[in-house]
Amino acid sequence: MLINVPETVVADALRGLAAAHPELTVDVENRVIVRRDAPVAGKVALVSGGGSGHEPLHGGFVGPGMLSAACPGEVFTSPVPDQMARAAAAVDSGAGVLFVVKNYTGDVLNFDMAAELAEDEGIQVAKVLVDDDVAVTDSLYTAGRRGTGATLFVEKIAGAAADEGQPLERVAAVARQVNENSRSFGVALTACTTPAKGSPTFDLPPGELELGIGIHGEPGRERRPMMTSGEIADFAVHAILEDMSPRNPVLVLVNGMGATPLLELYGFNAEVQRVLAERGVAVARTLVGNYVTSLDMAGASVTLCQVDEELLRLWDAPVKTAGLRWGM
Amino acid sequence: MLDAEFFRRWMAVTAASVEREAERLTALDSPIGDADHGSNLQRGFTAVAGALEKEAPGTPGAVLLLAAKQLISTVGGASGPLYGTLLRRTGKTLGDAAEVSPEELATALRAGVDAVMALGGAAPGDKTMIDALVPAVDALGDGFAAARAAAEQGAQATTPLQARKGRASYLGERSIGHQDPGATSSALLVAALAEAAGE
Repeated sequence: MLINVPETVVADALRGLAAAHPELTVDVENRVIVRRDAPVAGKVALVSGGGSGHEPLHGGFVGPGMLSAACPGEVFTSPVPDQMARAAAAVDSGAGVLFVVKNYTGDVLNFDMAAELAEDEGIQVAKVLVDDDVAVTDSLYTAGRRGTGATLFVEKIAGAAADEGQPLERVAAVARQVNENSRSFGVALTACTTPAKGSPTFDLPPGELELGIGIHGEPGRERRPMMTSGEIADFAVHAILEDMSPRNPVLVLVNGMGATPLLELYGFNAEVQRVLAERGVAVARTLVGNYVTSLDMAGASVTLCQVDEELLRLWDAPVKTAGLRWGM
Repeated sequence: MLDAEFFRRWMAVTAASVEREAERLTALDSPIGDADHGSNLQRGFTAVAGALEKEAPGTPGAVLLLAAKQLISTVGGASGPLYGTLLRRTGKTLGDAAEVSPEELATALRAGVDAVMALGGAAPGDKTMIDALVPAVDALGDGFAAARAAAEQGAQATTPLQARKGRASYLGERSIGHQDPGATSSALLVAALAEAAGE
């Protein structure tokens, strides 16, 4: 691993992020990344956060048109309430703050506590829970569907709505709509290695793959002998379309888990597009790359988000962050 | 009667045993979680021990409230809010008495465990920390050593269970056959209570 010691991995990365991006204010000690021009007068602020190890999510999505601040926790561990409360205070212009929370027990509990702290300070807080992972089929007897690739869609589209000056309840409604319109499915070809443990988090022999993985090195629902890119695309897209029947065109995110080359991701995207065409699903926009990663895991996820003209317009709006930028 | 010194000792012993068992907790968290339970709790209880040494609160309730604050501010994940809530509610229930009886501690701990169940939504049998804490609180009337044995037994009894809460729940039936790391660390907390009492 390209690290000094496991204990300083997150702080080291934050110092590097600060050095590369002077347009961000990075508080390394308190672990808060804020766009330098915050608070932006009259506009709703978006605050997200979660465990580290998913970069560029969330810190790489801080900037005009997307997040106002991000709070990185330890690797795969949700941040603590103090971080989000501090971030909310730094970015609130008086128009309120939207917390974008991925649906994991730890994130939900810590953001809930942070919302209480921020509200005690007189900050208006709304929350959106992202839970797009169709691999979790039994929501009744689990912690519910996980938040994965749709987080990028929620943060980008709701960020655009906030940037236009839409009020908090409207920005929150847009965020929830994007989440409701989104579904994801992921596969792993290898497990990932957390710096603290130093060895793979689960045992996945070569020649096998894990279907329905999350983004925390947790094993998935099912293991199978290795499949081709085309077979994986069939499996992933069918799993998603079992759960949604898009009437509108979709945004497609073909997301690398961290250790899969772009060459393979583009090849996989070709197969995803083939399956979508076979199933009669129109594609509005496609994004291919490593956006919601799981350290050094090899594999990919597919996220589809149904968009109407308004959501597509917000998706196309300018964005300027370390991890995603166009139009400005 | 149990005074602030006893509660500080409980937390110090917990910190020492979490440090000693950190690798085991992380190893248990590997097949059914994300391999960080030991390091996260170690960070939290190290902060607890440091804060208690520095501030030395004068009542049992104040000791637990300070410990809870440290856990919530340093652990993250689900464990931070859950363990923080356990100690905070227990401490609040003890109030500002200078000394409390074992019976009062038992009542307060039950309130703490109830608060954890309310926050996390877990019930006994869901393969969580609750599976060690509920039997421990039930056994506290028979003494700290009985509570320790009940917690340890409860933690071991999570092995054949299928997880219904937390990250292990995503594994479905594949979570069966592994002892729950949260129940295991809860058993350490209860064992530290017995050790602090000299039992």
